[in-house]
Amino acid sequence: MERLLEVEDLHVSFKTYGGEVQAVRGVNFHVNKGEVLAIVGESGSGKSVTAKTIMGLLPKKVSRISSGVVTFEEDDLLTYSKKEMQKVKGSKISLISQDPMTSLNPTMKIGHQIDESLKLHTDLSKMERKSRVLELLTLVGIPNVEERYSQYPHELSGGMRQRVLIAVALACEPQLIIADEPTTALDVTIQAQILDLLKDLQQRLDTSILIITHDLGVVAEVAQRVAVMYAGVVVESGSVEEIFANPNHPYTWGLLGSIPKQRQDGARERLIPIEGTPPDLFSPPKGCPFAARCEYAMDICVEKMPDSTYLTTDHASKCWLNDSRAKKPKEVAMAGRSR
Amino acid sequence: MSDSLVDVQQVKKHFPIGGNQTLKAVDDISFSIQKGETLGLVGESGSGKSTLGRTIVGLEGATSGSITYKGKDVSTLGRKEARETNRTMQMIFQDPQASLNPRMKVMDIIAEGIDAHGLWKGKKRKERVFQLLERVGLQADHAKRYPHEFSGGQRQRIGIARALAVEPEFIVADEPISALDVSIQAQIVNLMEDLRQDSDLTYLFIAHDLGMVQHISDRIGVMYLGGMMELADSDQLFQETLHPYTQALLSANPVPDPAVTNSRERILLEGDPPSPVNPPSGCRFRTRCPHAMDICSEVVPEWKEQQAGHWVACHLYNE
Repeated sequence: MERLLEVEDLHVSFKTYGGEVQAVRGVNFHVNKGEVLAIVGESGSGKSVTAKTIMGLLPKKVSRISSGVVTFEEDDLLTYSKKEMQKVKGSKISLISQDPMTSLNPTMKIGHQIDESLKLHTDLSKMERKSRVLELLTLVGIPNVEERYSQYPHELSGGMRQRVLIAVALACEPQLIIADEPTTALDVTIQAQILDLLKDLQQRLDTSILIITHDLGVVAEVAQRVAVMYAGVVVESGSVEEIFANPNHPYTWGLLGSIPKQRQDGARERLIPIEGTPPDLFSPPKGCPFAARCEYAMDICVEKMPDSTYLTTDHASKCWLNDSRAKKPKEVAMAGRSR
Repeated sequence: MSDSLVDVQQVKKHFPIGGNQTLKAVDDISFSIQKGETLGLVGESGSGKSTLGRTIVGLEGATSGSITYKGKDVSTLGRKEARETNRTMQMIFQDPQASLNPRMKVMDIIAEGIDAHGLWKGKKRKERVFQLLERVGLQADHAKRYPHEFSGGQRQRIGIARALAVEPEFIVADEPISALDVSIQAQIVNLMEDLRQDSDLTYLFIAHDLGMVQHISDRIGVMYLGGMMELADSDQLFQETLHPYTQALLSANPVPDPAVTNSRERILLEGDPPSPVNPPSGCRFRTRCPHAMDICSEVVPEWKEQQAGHWVACHLYNE
């Protein structure tokens, strides 16, 4: 499969009054052409920072990209100047952000907001652009497009606003859409509408989507591949089926154990939470960041960060338990979670 | 229903919003909560689930209808009795950041209810707080700290300790886990389940996460636009769903299992919920209902017990 985007060994940190926060600490993943990759992780795991780095949206003054390569169309996006990046943003890669309430300009008609990137990136005439905007509004499932074109964001509901944001993102037919928690602010029935829309668009337009979420339900719903992030590192990645049916990393086990399972027989199983809290990224641990909360932690885990082990060609996990010298805990076999 | 702890009868809560308009946040709801059970309440934002919870504990006065607690109508209680009732009904709030006073130490936050009801003083009060902190999984020396020194999950534990301080019997938990990360949510849910068993508590658990609600609740009520649509035993609600809104809600809920996701059929609801200022005539769900009939716009469907313990308000089930 052809790789559209590849992120290698990305390190990002922020200067704060309390010191330097190492938000992203060596992230590797790729997005294939035409697929949906989900990055899943809890707050503070660095998933949004990763997305912002790809889009070149980090605040220059306080952030530092100490190493890493972001390859898109055989070029490293991190070496692009502001002007070069401007050409990519919105036309080849676009972003759908989390909060539809704040990411639209309240003083601009929605039609004009969608028109903005067409104006910037295409040489269509005014008339052509308007018909393209109406076409986009129809595409994302907004009724009465002529009327909606000249309405302001406050006249639309949350779900409609999210549809407008998707229309903005689609305007120039980008190859990659980065969706940062696109449904977190929405109710479940509206969330279902938006997820179905994204899936449908991805199939029809053959766009790749990088979706960032904390909700494993959303992952199962839309993604083909998953990268699980914890404390600034991708600890496990693979196809959705592999990760849910055959998870390898203890953190992934923890995440899956924390959510209630579908009950078949009516019996209630107690949830298995991950005890403790994520590490402080001002002074991240030198070994595996999950070691302090991991039931299976060994001496080596505290000392050294494990490398990726490839369980299949596409299923990778960073855990010392995969080392041939590690004692295999009995539970490991069971943790394949019989459903 | 001899053992019902809370009995809600035809309760309405309307808010005047100016211009002679009222927002019908809760509109004619009747149900009861049994002693020792966890009743889950689900619904989308604006469905009135929080307002209903706040009305039951008395943070809002009901516009009409009656709320009976332990066999007594709460609106007719004398001052002393009302105080006692207030003590036994407590609330856990959604946002542990906003519901703890940032300028108070944890000791005083937890002991606020103890002081207000004059339960313990001096050394006893201190010991009680330490004991509560340990019970919710924190340490006694946390009492000296301020809320900002804690993580979200720890703050929610403080909120739970505060609710427990006055030895309540009934707790309304308004989205207690929505602001927390997945792994921390499981910690809090387990804690709440343990506390219920140890202290014989009754919960009204308000949330929008269907998976978690199914996990923790004995029975579940489904609200839409200020009205109760369906109420049943939680397994029954998921297996024999009656109301079209509940069916749509359950099918929209993302299930963290790709095998289920790919095999099930989705009922997609069109459009957005209407405004509670001007709800549709008849059945409030009819504008988005795939099964809407003529009668739905004319007559409000009756709230009735369709099967034993399974309540629904829908014309599809009226002869």
